[in-house]
Amino acid sequence: MELFVFVVAAAMVLGGALGVVTRSNPVHAAMSLVLTLFGIAVMFVSHNAHFLAAVQVIVYAGAIVVLFLFVIMLLGVDKAEDLSVEPITNQRPLAAIIGVGISAIVIAAIVSSRAGLGASGEGVNETTFESPDANIRQLARVIFSDNVFAFELTSVLLLVAVIGTVVMARKTKSVGTGK
Amino acid sequence: MIGAILAIDPMLEGNVLWTPLLIVLVKVLLVFVVGLVATMLMVWFERKVIAGMQNRVGPNKAGPWGILQTLADGIKLFFKEDLIPERSDRFMFRLAPYLALVPAFLAFAIIPLGGDFRDGKGGLVTLFGQQTRLQLADPPVGVLFALAISSIAVYGIMLAGWSSGSKYPLLGAVRASAQMVSYEAALGLSLGAVLLVSGTLSTAGIVNMQSSIGNWNIVATGFVPFVIFLIAATAELNRPPFDLVEAEQELVGGFNTEYSSIRFALFFLAEFMNTVTMSALIVTLFFGGPQPISIGNTTLDIPFIPNAIEGTVWLLLKVLVFLYIYVWFRATLPRFRYDQLMDLGWKILIPGSLGWFMLLAAQRVGRDAGWDQIVVTLVTALVLIGGYGLLLAAQHVSRVNREKDGASF
Repeated sequence: MELFVFVVAAAMVLGGALGVVTRSNPVHAAMSLVLTLFGIAVMFVSHNAHFLAAVQVIVYAGAIVVLFLFVIMLLGVDKAEDLSVEPITNQRPLAAIIGVGISAIVIAAIVSSRAGLGASGEGVNETTFESPDANIRQLARVIFSDNVFAFELTSVLLLVAVIGTVVMARKTKSVGTGK
Repeated sequence: MIGAILAIDPMLEGNVLWTPLLIVLVKVLLVFVVGLVATMLMVWFERKVIAGMQNRVGPNKAGPWGILQTLADGIKLFFKEDLIPERSDRFMFRLAPYLALVPAFLAFAIIPLGGDFRDGKGGLVTLFGQQTRLQLADPPVGVLFALAISSIAVYGIMLAGWSSGSKYPLLGAVRASAQMVSYEAALGLSLGAVLLVSGTLSTAGIVNMQSSIGNWNIVATGFVPFVIFLIAATAELNRPPFDLVEAEQELVGGFNTEYSSIRFALFFLAEFMNTVTMSALIVTLFFGGPQPISIGNTTLDIPFIPNAIEGTVWLLLKVLVFLYIYVWFRATLPRFRYDQLMDLGWKILIPGSLGWFMLLAAQRVGRDAGWDQIVVTLVTALVLIGGYGLLLAAQHVSRVNREKDGASF
């Protein structure tokens, strides 16, 4: 059963990821991304991380990709791009070299840490019928007690990013002509 | 393993036998059929009630009181020609109606449709020697499942508008996505208040907490989250007065302009299905779901009906009230302007629900720490008033800046 779920979810993730790269139409690529995110959510569920699965769907599939689509539609770039023109010269060979390099690093990392892969961590405790919320309780305890500083810092970072975007996107034509 | 994936249901713990499996299959079928029939009746109900409010007769030919009108319309739509516009994206155009319909059905799965919640039974009923709940699934993520599903429902509308390859549907789809994403935040935050009070995510657990009117979440959360949830849910459903998505006067027909035949019917079905589901969700979250109405220790009991079935009757009655309210909204309220819609969502509902959530959380912390409740409430209220003042000041500054730039509002 677990193997079956894994195979299906992995097929969804990989198929979606391939779709994101290969589809020339941005809307189709975004929908492939949704497929990938759903595959990851299924994997979370099969590892008993139900809350993470729900958040994955709500935040990534439900909000972020919707915003992607929104921008694609609003800016009208929803036509297939002409891929024969390269804005940066030698883009393709460079991309190939970097791609091969990154995969080499990842493979090297896996090979070097081969010994540690067999051991599995403690993980989340199984949710039971008596306490289906144990999952959230454990997650909340980790985020809001052990790692509360990093958590708050991340939210400040996001806030700075939002305010920075608004300030930079504002037109400043009133300078000098305003009064 | 299967139990962990599908739902945490006591029936599915242990060996999978034939009886539980059959019960699950029957439940799936039942929920599907109930959903379809409820949607069919809702369409008829809306047309009939709105006709009454406008001094018309409404559908009255097909069946008694015209109750089969929806069925007749559905059959008619089946036999209509199915058009796919030339400039459309064919794959997405075909996919979109299903992306709208499937979430509508899925959300129905987590609503407790009955069961006996009295005397600490927790909604469990015994069917053929198996303990089970009268709901299709009680997943560990509970209500978050409904939230996830409602955020997926955006795709159907968005892709329908985009893939039609024409201007008005695209405008409708862009409006819809902006509106639904904005109001989802308010929906989630007011839901947070309910979860804070109930202390559980499971829908059956939330219903179980609301044993009498004093414990109903509408009272326990202090009424404000309910109002915000109702408004945000109406906007999420794209129903009047928030139906800018399909404003006929401006957009011809909205995102579904290019759709015809059965594909159009699927959108129509999804919309009414969502209305029924959302009403049931409101009842589950704020009005005790299948719990009977009881004040203190006296319970309003329907005689001659076993308690387990009585839950279904109560749920039906409560849901009917909200369905009527939705129709009432449609008959009486004029449509919002787009800037009013966004102002309401971002400047009133989201700060309002956040502030109320903070108040409830502060009271809870105060109770655990043994502080004086009145002081805690007063301090929180002062902080909230301060925050609201800052918000007003920020809005004032931005308005002044805009006017300096030459904007005329």
